[in-house]
Amino acid sequence: MKEYTFFPGCSSEKSASAANMEHSVQAMCKILGIQLNEIDDWNCCSASIGYAGGGQLPRLAMSARNFALAQQQRGTTDLVATCAACWLAMRETAERIEHEPEVRADINVALKEANLSYEGGIKTRHLVEVLIEDIGWEALKAKVKKPLSGLKAAGYVGCQTNRPFGIAGESYENPLYLDKMIEATGATAVNYPKKVACCGGALMFTEVEKSCALVRDLLQCAVDNGAEVIVTPCPVCQLNVEVYQGKINQLFGTNFNIPVIYYSQLFVLSWGGSWEDAALHQQVVSAEVLRRFA
Amino acid sequence: MAYDLSFAQDVYKNSEMGHWIKMCKQCGVCAGSCPLGPHWEYSPRQLFQLVRGGKKEEVLKSQSMWMCTSCYNCIVRCPRGLPITHIVHGLARYASVKGYADPNQVTNRFATKIFWTNIVSTGRVGEAMLTMRLYFVDGLAAGIQRGLEMKDSALGMLMTKRLNPIPFRGKIKGYAGFAAMIAKAQELEAKREAGA
Ligand code: SF4
Ligand code: SF4
Ligand code: SF4
Ligand code: SF4
Repeated sequence: MKEYTFFPGCSSEKSASAANMEHSVQAMCKILGIQLNEIDDWNCCSASIGYAGGGQLPRLAMSARNFALAQQQRGTTDLVATCAACWLAMRETAERIEHEPEVRADINVALKEANLSYEGGIKTRHLVEVLIEDIGWEALKAKVKKPLSGLKAAGYVGCQTNRPFGIAGESYENPLYLDKMIEATGATAVNYPKKVACCGGALMFTEVEKSCALVRDLLQCAVDNGAEVIVTPCPVCQLNVEVYQGKINQLFGTNFNIPVIYYSQLFVLSWGGSWEDAALHQQVVSAEVLRRFA
Repeated sequence: MAYDLSFAQDVYKNSEMGHWIKMCKQCGVCAGSCPLGPHWEYSPRQLFQLVRGGKKEEVLKSQSMWMCTSCYNCIVRCPRGLPITHIVHGLARYASVKGYADPNQVTNRFATKIFWTNIVSTGRVGEAMLTMRLYFVDGLAAGIQRGLEMKDSALGMLMTKRLNPIPFRGKIKGYAGFAAMIAKAQELEAKREAGA
């Protein structure tokens, strides 16, 4: 059993938008013998959009509190995140604590109000990195019980899992790990030029039509290249690309109805997990096209 | 409009990562990288040049910074290694704090009021409350209209148990300490932003 400290993030809470990711991640980790120990009483990472209301210190302090709690509860065990935005916010905070003594000092003044302190030392990783580095491609392939042969999947990496940090060892303009994950399940990774394009992120809330136009282009590109399903590691991408299809069809007279699922759901399904283990019953756009493998 | 050269100095010193603006070589790579590029009044490259030229009002009243999707395209491409995303976020924050940004600009209003209030009032995002406050920000009628427009997706989220039907969420256990921490961080931030 491999153990990690775990930061799920708000969207992975019960009845939150990425509940399907969280459920399938837990099923995937169970199969792999990974135990994710959730930080007790964690708070929101403040996401990217937190800059405007939070400025620098209040925003960074939020992740610092999570680091401090993690250290108290689990020592310096690697801290794993599944949400791109959380992972990014924590990596940014860790970097600034490490490199800017003034920031480190001020953060500790703030943390002291909560009877906490943090000087650095915990490594923050994306679950994808754990799969690649600690489990390995061969072991991931060896788990396959129901190869997803014939399934055409477009890997959508998006922005924040890819930049500015990115998955270790991958390029910014053409990361390959997601395609390799798709292929590892026996499915075919569709080659299309929009895999690192932006879906609008948090601006989907405010600049709805502009962001919908970005997602329309992405969907069109995936569909034109033969995708039956879109696969992503990011809960914001997943939400924006799946849930807004109705709105996009309304706005642009299109007719999109393509499921958008997480890599964890794809793995669980191909490893012989049930429809429910893979949380495929929690899709807003039905993933029925995958039923032939269940 | 007037040149204000103390403006550039103040941005270098007090806006997030502002000092980096001096390093921009005006190549325009960032300008070609923004997903919502056509909707930016001034591209990041232009914003940085306007800062250097002391064009305070043009920069701070512009809606440009609020068009940033935080995609980080620019950061990984800038040949000079400027942390562009953070500089742009910093300028947006600066414009908001100094009272230049239109408080009704949709993203400003969402980011500074709705989102931030949502997370600091309990310690975590309450998605249902966040959505409700966003819909109803222009009053009841507009809210119902927006809610109706999105009702199919909201219903889909509810049905698949990805949206909580009860919009009120509890506070985290250590909320008192969390709130005190945020208050202290805000106090230090205000001092820093005032140039102390
Ligand atoms: S990124 Fe989103 S979900 Fe993750 S903790 Fe932050 S606000 Fe919550
Ligand atoms: S693709 Fe969209 S949601 Fe995903 S990381 Fe980029 S902006 Fe964020
Ligand atoms: S890419 Fe960098 S150097 Fe080039 S214009 Fe943008 S900020 Fe300046
Ligand atoms: S992070 Fe912001 S400024 Fe940079 S390319 Fe993306 S939208 Fe433009």
